[in-house]
Amino acid sequence: MSKEILECSVNGEQQSCLIDRRDTLLELLRTRLQLTGTKEGCGNGNCGSCTVIVDSQTVCSCLMFAVEAQDCEITTIEGVASVGELHRVQEALIKHGGTQCGFCTPGVVMSAVGLFAENPSPNESDIRLAIAGNICRCTGYEKIVKALMDVADPKGAD
Amino acid sequence: MELFNFQTPSSVAELLIAKANTNAWLLAGGTDLIPQLKEGRRKADLVIDIKKIPAMNGISELEDGTLRIGAAVSATAIAQNVDAIRSYAALASSVALIGSRQVQNRATLGGNVCNAAPSADAIPALICYDAMAEIEGAEGKREILVEDLFTGPGRTQLNPTEVLISFLLPLQSERTAAAYQRFTPRREMDIAVAGVGSRISLDADGKIIAARVALASVGPTPLRAASAECVLMDESPSSQLFEEAGVAAAQDASPISDTRGSAEYRRHLVSVLCKRTLASATNELLQDTWT
Ligand SMILES: Cc1cc2nc3c(=O)[nH]c(=O)nc-3n(C[C@H](O)[C@H](O)[C@H](O)COP(=O)(O)OP(=O)(O)OC[C@H]3O[C@@H](n4cnc5c(N)ncnc54)[C@H](O)[C@@H]3O)c2cc1C
Ligand code: FES
Ligand code: FES
Repeated sequence: MSKEILECSVNGEQQSCLIDRRDTLLELLRTRLQLTGTKEGCGNGNCGSCTVIVDSQTVCSCLMFAVEAQDCEITTIEGVASVGELHRVQEALIKHGGTQCGFCTPGVVMSAVGLFAENPSPNESDIRLAIAGNICRCTGYEKIVKALMDVADPKGAD
Repeated sequence: MELFNFQTPSSVAELLIAKANTNAWLLAGGTDLIPQLKEGRRKADLVIDIKKIPAMNGISELEDGTLRIGAAVSATAIAQNVDAIRSYAALASSVALIGSRQVQNRATLGGNVCNAAPSADAIPALICYDAMAEIEGAEGKREILVEDLFTGPGRTQLNPTEVLISFLLPLQSERTAAAYQRFTPRREMDIAVAGVGSRISLDADGKIIAARVALASVGPTPLRAASAECVLMDESPSSQLFEEAGVAAAQDASPISDTRGSAEYRRHLVSVLCKRTLASATNELLQDTWT
C-alpha cells in the first residue's frame, strides 16, 4: 500500500514508475532510473551535490519526495549535454580546471545551468550566490567562479 | 522512515478533511519536514502536499492595498515579486537569506513560520509589517497577528485541525521603511546567531510615529523588542537615538548560550544589528547617506 505510480519526464523522456512514497527524488533517480550522475553527499539539503532541475527550478533532490514530481519535467546532469556536445558550462569548467575529484561537479553544473537560464549575464556576486548551496571540498571555488564568469562574459578580460 | 499515506488536496475544504486525521503533517517545501522525517524526529501517518491548493498559492493585492501572500508561496517567488520588493523590501530580502537558491526554490513562507524556529529568518520582517496570519480549521476561520502565533521553539498556537492559509500584509503608510539583518559566521547556508528586523514610519516633520523591532534567535520564540520601540517613538532619527534603541533591544532579548554564541555575545549582536537596521531603514527614507 505504500506504492504509487509516478508519471514524469526525465531528460525529455516520459517515465512511468512504481515508487515507494518514502523515496526521495534522489533515490528514484539513482536507484530506479540508474541516473547515478546525481550524487548524494549529505542527504539533508546542505551540500548541493544532488541538485537537479524540476520545472525550471534548481532543487536538492534529497529534499523532495519522488511523489512530489508527479507530472513534472526533470533535468539531471545526464540531460545537460546534447548529443556529442557538452554544455558551455561543462566546457568552461574543463577549460578552467573547475573540477577536481568531481563529486560536487554535477550539482555545480545544474546550479549554473539554472542561473544562466534565468540570467544570461550574471556578475560575480550573482554567480557566487547561485553556487552558495554547492559545497566543494577540492577547488576552493576560485576556478569554478572563473569558469562561470567566462560563460557569463566570454570576451571578458581574465 | 515509517510508512505514511500521501494526499494532494486541490482545495482548502479537502485539506481540512485530510488534516482532521490524527498525525497528519502538511508538506509545503519540505525543507524542514523531510529532514525531520528522515531523521525520525517526526513520525507521520499522513503527509499532505499543499502545493496544489490555489488559495494557498499566489501573491495578490487586495482592494484596500493589503498584500496577500499564500502560505505555500516559495521564498524565490516572494524575493522576485515586484509588489513585495517595492512595499515589503525587508521581507523580500529576508526570504532570500534562507539556505541556498535550491532551498529557496522549495521553502515556503508558511513553512518558515509554522516550523516556528526562533531563528527563522522571515518572521521578524512579518512582525515588523504587522502581518496577519489567516488560519482555518474545524472551528472556522480566524486571523491573528504573526507576532502572536508562537508559543515555544517549534510550537505555534495552531490547534491540530488548523492550517495557515495566507499572510496579510497591511498597506504601509507612505514614509515607512524596514530592514532585516542577521549575523552568521558564514554569509550563506547558516543559522542566525542573532537577527533583527526594524521598521519605522515617519510623519511629515520627520518624527517617528510608528516603530517595530523584532528579534530572531535570542529567545524561545521570535520576540518583539517593546522597550526599543518605546525609545524610538515620537523622536527624530539620529545615530544617538538608534544607539539607545540598540541598548534597549539587547535588554529585551532573552538569549541562551550555546555552541553558536554566548548569551552576552548575542545581546551585543542585537544592539549592533538593531542600530544597523534602523540606519538602513532611515537611509532608504531620507534617500541619502545617513550615519
Ligand atoms: C540547507 C538548509 C538551509 C536552511 N537555511 C535556513 C535559513 O537560513 N533561514 C531559515 O529561516 N530557515 C532555513 N532553513 C529552514 C527551512 O528551509 C525554512 O524554515 C523553510 O522556510 C521551511 O519551509 P518549507 O516550505 O520547506 O516547510 P516544510 O518543511 O514543508 O514545513 C515546515 C513545517 O510547517 C508545517 N507547515 C507548512 N506549511 C503549513 C501551513 N500552511 N499550515 C500549517 N502548517 C504548515 C509542516 O507540517 C512542517 O511541520 C534551511 C533548511 C535547509 C535544509
Ligand atoms: S545530498 Fe542533497 S544537498 Fe546534500
Ligand atoms: S571537485 Fe571535489 S568536491 Fe568539488
